[in-house]
Amino acid sequence: MTILDTRTPIPDYFIAGATGDWEMVIGLEVHAQVTSRSKLFSASSTQFGEPPNANVSFIDAAMPGMLPVINEECVHQAIRTGLGLKAKINTRSLFDRKNYFYPDLPQGYQISQFKDPIVGEGEVHLDMGEKIGIVTVGIERLHLEQDAGKSIHDLDPSMSFVDLNRSGVALMEIVSKPDIRSSAEARAYITKLRTILRYLGTCDGNMEQGSLRADINVSVRRPGGEFGTRCEIKNVNSVRFAGQAIEYEARRQIDILEDGGEVIQQTRLFDPKSGETRAMRSKEEAHDYRYFPDPDLLPLEFDQALVDRLAADLPELPDEKQARLIRDYGITTYDASVLVADRASADFYESVAKGRDGKLAANWVINDLFGRLAKEGLDVTNSPVSAEQLGRIIDLIVGGDISGKIAKELFEIVWSEGGDPAEIVESRGMKQVSDTGAIEKIVDEIIAANPEQAAKVKDKPSMIGWFVGQVMKASQGKANPKAVNEILRAKLGL
Amino acid sequence: MKDLTKLSLAETRNGLRAGDFSAVDVTSAYLDAIGAANERLNAYVAVAEEQALDMARASDDRLAKGEGGALEGVPLGIKDLFATRGLHTQAGSHILDGFKPEYESFVTANLWADGAVLLGKLNMDEFAMGSSNETSHYGPVINPWRAEGSDDDLVPGGSSGGSAAAVSAWLCAGATATDTGGSIRQPAAFTGTVGIKPTYGRCSRWGVVAFASSLDQAGPITRTVEDSAILLTSMAGFDPMDSTSMDVDVPDFAAAVERGVKGLTIGIPREYRLEGMPGEIEKLWQQGIEWLKAEGATVRDISLPHTKYALPAYYIVAPAEASSNLARYDGVKYGLRVAGDSIEDMYELTRAAGFGREVQRRVMIGTYVLSAGYYDAYYVRAQKVRTLIKQDFEKVFAEGVDAILTPATPSAAFRVGDASMAADPVKMYLNDIFTVTVNMAGLPGISVPAGKDGAGLPLGLQLIGKPFDEETLFAAGRVIERSSGQDFSPKRWW
Repeated sequence: MTILDTRTPIPDYFIAGATGDWEMVIGLEVHAQVTSRSKLFSASSTQFGEPPNANVSFIDAAMPGMLPVINEECVHQAIRTGLGLKAKINTRSLFDRKNYFYPDLPQGYQISQFKDPIVGEGEVHLDMGEKIGIVTVGIERLHLEQDAGKSIHDLDPSMSFVDLNRSGVALMEIVSKPDIRSSAEARAYITKLRTILRYLGTCDGNMEQGSLRADINVSVRRPGGEFGTRCEIKNVNSVRFAGQAIEYEARRQIDILEDGGEVIQQTRLFDPKSGETRAMRSKEEAHDYRYFPDPDLLPLEFDQALVDRLAADLPELPDEKQARLIRDYGITTYDASVLVADRASADFYESVAKGRDGKLAANWVINDLFGRLAKEGLDVTNSPVSAEQLGRIIDLIVGGDISGKIAKELFEIVWSEGGDPAEIVESRGMKQVSDTGAIEKIVDEIIAANPEQAAKVKDKPSMIGWFVGQVMKASQGKANPKAVNEILRAKLGL
Repeated sequence: MKDLTKLSLAETRNGLRAGDFSAVDVTSAYLDAIGAANERLNAYVAVAEEQALDMARASDDRLAKGEGGALEGVPLGIKDLFATRGLHTQAGSHILDGFKPEYESFVTANLWADGAVLLGKLNMDEFAMGSSNETSHYGPVINPWRAEGSDDDLVPGGSSGGSAAAVSAWLCAGATATDTGGSIRQPAAFTGTVGIKPTYGRCSRWGVVAFASSLDQAGPITRTVEDSAILLTSMAGFDPMDSTSMDVDVPDFAAAVERGVKGLTIGIPREYRLEGMPGEIEKLWQQGIEWLKAEGATVRDISLPHTKYALPAYYIVAPAEASSNLARYDGVKYGLRVAGDSIEDMYELTRAAGFGREVQRRVMIGTYVLSAGYYDAYYVRAQKVRTLIKQDFEKVFAEGVDAILTPATPSAAFRVGDASMAADPVKMYLNDIFTVTVNMAGLPGISVPAGKDGAGLPLGLQLIGKPFDEETLFAAGRVIERSSGQDFSPKRWW
């Protein structure tokens, strides 16, 4: 198989070595647990966190004579995911057996898709910032397969325990092309893929629970040169670790090459404690999985009509949503990208922005609300300030009822006490004073009390800020700043 | 009282319905017969005496109320390959030591739902691999037939040797069996009984210990064609838990038995006329042709050109699937475990001790043909051959042939411990030369006792039918049974 190089080398990514620059080439195999009530080939529950071996049927335990039956919902989820990755959906695919012995693999084989996967080529777009722009990472394929169980080696000095709760749970293995050129891109890729899966509702993306994990293929080469020999880092379960593992591994390979050595193709493990990767097994020790079509299962076939029906019900995906938010609400690309990072944030924003100033809404949602949520370790789904409340705060600002400064105080009150913002403003006398007579009175008093400053301001107009501050202070922040400014300028002869 | 064990299954059922005797009477008669014969014949590996009598009493209650299913009170033997809840289920193997499933196979559940009584589990070649029942962990089954003037023990054929011997020796009214390459038809031919392998997909494989998933199919062995028709009607049916089970109606097969062959076209495949085939087999085949002609069938020479490749291709496909299907017997979850120093050590010791020589041989062949570098040359080519074999049959059926008549086996039963077979496994494999094509094509095939060889041992003829046209096989099989007019009762020596 020839691998096409779709990328132009980006000098920012180059790694300086003693003998010149190097470039990373990265491809990922992401294992995403399918969101489904039951397992891929059995009716057992997929519920996380159950007692060991609570979710095990005769099929999952590979009892003699048991047979797999495909779970239709998992097939639908794979199709949805394929559509979300703009990929080719194969209306005929095959299940194969991948044969190997391990105690947490009760059948002695994993049912997977080897030659004919359910989903073919697709793509994912990464926004790598203004300088680099949009990067397209090709998807090679997506296939359905069974997860294995879990071996537990630390409960007994001489025995191992096996928990089969996860055995047979449906996974989607999403294989990228080797189109990634930096650890930042790899992190962006995992994050973006997770966002797409979450939008689709096909995987919860919880990496700490193992719902999403990545095998990362890393090699290095001279920029734009021939592909190097790759090493595969297995089972990386956080975006941060993925970045660390790649950085370490690339450096390790560069050091070997610069010392005149050769990179040996092997499978490696990343140790988050040391930040290093270490060898698991080399190519020579690789298993011969003896793939062959599973004779217990017929080819998986469905009509294009099913694909069309699922496509019609697909939610708006992050890229489309981002484009629409920019178009409809006039917000910046950056703000839009922050908002679409998860569906709930975007939904919250849209509830706030609908019928209001989109930019102002974006500022409030991103800076004030998200900032505050992050500080408290909360997310938008359990925000103490609802979209409706935040919208009303914005209405009060736009309507001239409160100043921006008062609005921040109001936000704090709504955050900690709740309630209707308009009522709070009314009952607590926070309403902005736009009555020019009242403001003039204060201005006159301030000018009268500070004749020296009033004299200086003519030579140094920027001092007006000091007067504004004094007036605002005297009005307890309730004076309309615009009116204060105008009146001050008139009275001071500016 | 008359010996109830000598009745056919149909007569037993009718007698029970008429109240001529009770289910307890006939069950006790069989249990007594088993008690008297099993030490010598070794047909049963487990006798479920209490359960049998409990089931018989329940049948008698239902019969007394005028209720009861199609097999109410009829005592059956079950091949050890079928999972029977709470009862010995070891597939004739040491590796499943002590295994008693918590589930019931779909086929046997159908039988109990129809009122049948379970006598016990029948001996078989280990994991259904063998043609003489000598590979069983429980020792060989002895054929109730002996050559005239000889006291030598003969094999009953295999792998359903226990089923065939038990039916022939009146140790059950009928038996379940399975056929992957001839394991119903060859032992039926060796014991003067009737056995049908139905169309692949006719009987569910759920709960039947797998040998070669794409070839395995359950069917009955009985003393008459009518009995097979009755038993298959109860065994068959669509099972959503088996993805290869076909959702087709199950006719009342017994209604087809007396339909005759008038107007049918019977094909005689020239490729089944083997070099060096015994004259008496050739003669019997010719006799069968005459019988069918005499009853109004048209007989036509046909060609099935890929026949000669069937046996070699079978010995690639079947071991390949078996090597994977038997991977679950690893000492981890159930059955035999031989402790070792490491998990690999435990696997090796367990499987070395738990599997017999023939099973080990086939697991090794299967592992080899699926290995990287050999897969295309063996497995892929064998699958191509399989397609060609299927097409051979499709062609002759499309040209108006209704059924095909062939010998069932190339010889009569041979001696237990035959040295030439023991020395050359291929010689043993040749027993299936006439039967494997049918499995490779997924077609139904019936073996009917038709004559005897020079030593007075039974010989069978095989009829091969169109997919899901078992009815024609019962009709034509009945013509052969009736025309032969011979008594296929072994002379009792045990």
